[in-house]
Amino acid sequence: MSVSTLRKPSAAPGPVPAAVEAPAAPARVLSLPRPARPPALAVLLRLLAERLLPPLVVFAALLLAWQAAFSGGSSGLPTPAAVWQESRELILDPFFVYGTQDIGLGWRVLTSLERVAMGFGLAAVIGVGTGAVIGQSVWLMRGLDPIFQVLRTVPPLAWLPISLAAFMDSRPSAIFVIFITAIWPIIINTAAGVRAIPQDYRNVAAVLRLNQLEFFWKIMLPAAAPYIFSGLRIGIGLAWLAIVAAEMLTGGVGIGFFIWDAWNSSRLTDIIVALVYIGAVGFLLDRLVGWLGRVVSRGTAV
Amino acid sequence: MSYLKIDRVGKTFATGNRSVEVLADIRLTIEKGEFVSIIGHSGCGKSTLLNLIAGLTEVTSGGILLEGREVNAPGPERAVVFQNHSLLPWLSVYDNIRLAVDKVFAASRSRRERHDWILHNLDLVQMTHAKDKRPGEISGGMKQRVGIARALAMEPKILLLDEPFGALDALTRAHLQDAVMQIHARLGNTMLMITHDVDEAVLLADRIVMMTNGPSATIGEVLSVPLDRPRDRIALASDPGYLRAREAVLRFLYERHRFVEAAE
Ligand SMILES: Nc1ncnc2c1ncn2[C@@H]1O[C@H](COP(=O)(O)OP(=O)(O)OP(=O)(O)O)[C@@H](O)[C@H]1O
Ligand SMILES: [Mg+2]
Repeated sequence: MSVSTLRKPSAAPGPVPAAVEAPAAPARVLSLPRPARPPALAVLLRLLAERLLPPLVVFAALLLAWQAAFSGGSSGLPTPAAVWQESRELILDPFFVYGTQDIGLGWRVLTSLERVAMGFGLAAVIGVGTGAVIGQSVWLMRGLDPIFQVLRTVPPLAWLPISLAAFMDSRPSAIFVIFITAIWPIIINTAAGVRAIPQDYRNVAAVLRLNQLEFFWKIMLPAAAPYIFSGLRIGIGLAWLAIVAAEMLTGGVGIGFFIWDAWNSSRLTDIIVALVYIGAVGFLLDRLVGWLGRVVSRGTAV
Repeated sequence: MSYLKIDRVGKTFATGNRSVEVLADIRLTIEKGEFVSIIGHSGCGKSTLLNLIAGLTEVTSGGILLEGREVNAPGPERAVVFQNHSLLPWLSVYDNIRLAVDKVFAASRSRRERHDWILHNLDLVQMTHAKDKRPGEISGGMKQRVGIARALAMEPKILLLDEPFGALDALTRAHLQDAVMQIHARLGNTMLMITHDVDEAVLLADRIVMMTNGPSATIGEVLSVPLDRPRDRIALASDPGYLRAREAVLRFLYERHRFVEAAE
């Protein structure tokens, strides 16, 4: 089984005949009646209604169901109304600062994102580099692929004790956990992408006598971009999973620690607000990398 | 001394524990400025021979000399026009040629001169209008033109073309054959072109190299085509010299060396 959903660059489209000279007598142009186009505003409204309305309706229904289910008072879980009452400030102002530990969730998310950026950035650079080398060699691939397949299934938190022992400090440990979690799918997908580079491109490079570095920048990266970005996309998802878990254990001011802290002081409504933040940020990160991948590999995946 | 000399070249592919001798004892010399076509049935080893000359595969026996120097690695002085154009899809037409020009003339020409040289080669194949398009946005015939421009732009000593028009329709193919003839007349470069098409071989070539069927394929016959240039396909259609050459190739391919499915 493989985690990576690999996009194969599809084959070039078949030959299209070139334009033939125009006939001597100009053809008559018939004008067909054009269907009246609906005004742009109406189109926009319809699109909004089609795309935005269903999730909003479902969301409202879920909130109502939740409110109904827990308003009896017998359960320990708060209702949506209680969340609004008790955590209104957290919801309305993400960027307040009242003290070193008393800051808005926006700041906490940014702190966590900073760590993710460092760990994931490192994983991206090293992962793509390593994957490129491994993808070039059948033997390296055969030797290392099984090891990577095993390592990538290790849960993020399982790395934490080792990492704490190695770095003796929580901050680099959290970054390392992100790095080690995110790197495997990046390596595996990059290597697969490099192996899938058509022989034609390699022949072009050979005839031009491109050196290793030129080959890497000019052929390998663009040709393997769709694969690389599917690896990066899996990686960023894992990185976000890992940071929340790691922060719960290592402390600091990140969003993960906030949840742990709220749990210890029985602020359940705060936890629910934080969950929404984490979900939204994870979603945005995933979309961001997906969008970047589409922009970068525009030419490759014709 | 001949320009390109292929001297008793053989090629054996080893796959697993089996080895197949694809080419045996190929001897051929090509003079500077000559246009040579290679024709033979599918699978006889034409591409293999071209790749050996390009240096993309190594010879098993014998040797290949270009201007007296042994060929043992690929290089821009033996530019290849590949059957399926093999343009890089993420680069524009201009940038595809630029990749080649910047690499080959990095030291010898200024940025300005390289730019002009790219445009000059695009103009040779009449593709200047599409210079900012990507390969995915132009037709198959146009892609092949750009492939030819890229190869020409390397100023190769010999231009190797592997069935460059094989995937094109007849009309486009005729246009491109005319373009290649014009370029050959104008620049006088040495060209070696593989083809499946008897008419194409006779129309374009000074000499036609006919290959026997594999395994152990070799050169069966070499036919000179003493037709005046510039050649016009319509005038040639009833030219006795053209018809004789065409018949000779057809007889070779369909009487003496008929295509037989490999008996395994
Ligand atoms: N890398 C390789 N390993 C093993 N056998 C090969 C290899 N490349 C080519 N062959 C074999 O060599 C023979 C000649 O192949 P080649 O591609 O040169 O034929 P061709 O004349 O160009 O055919 P076509 O006209 O169909 O392009 C074929 O039987 C093919 O299976
Ligand atoms: Mg071939």
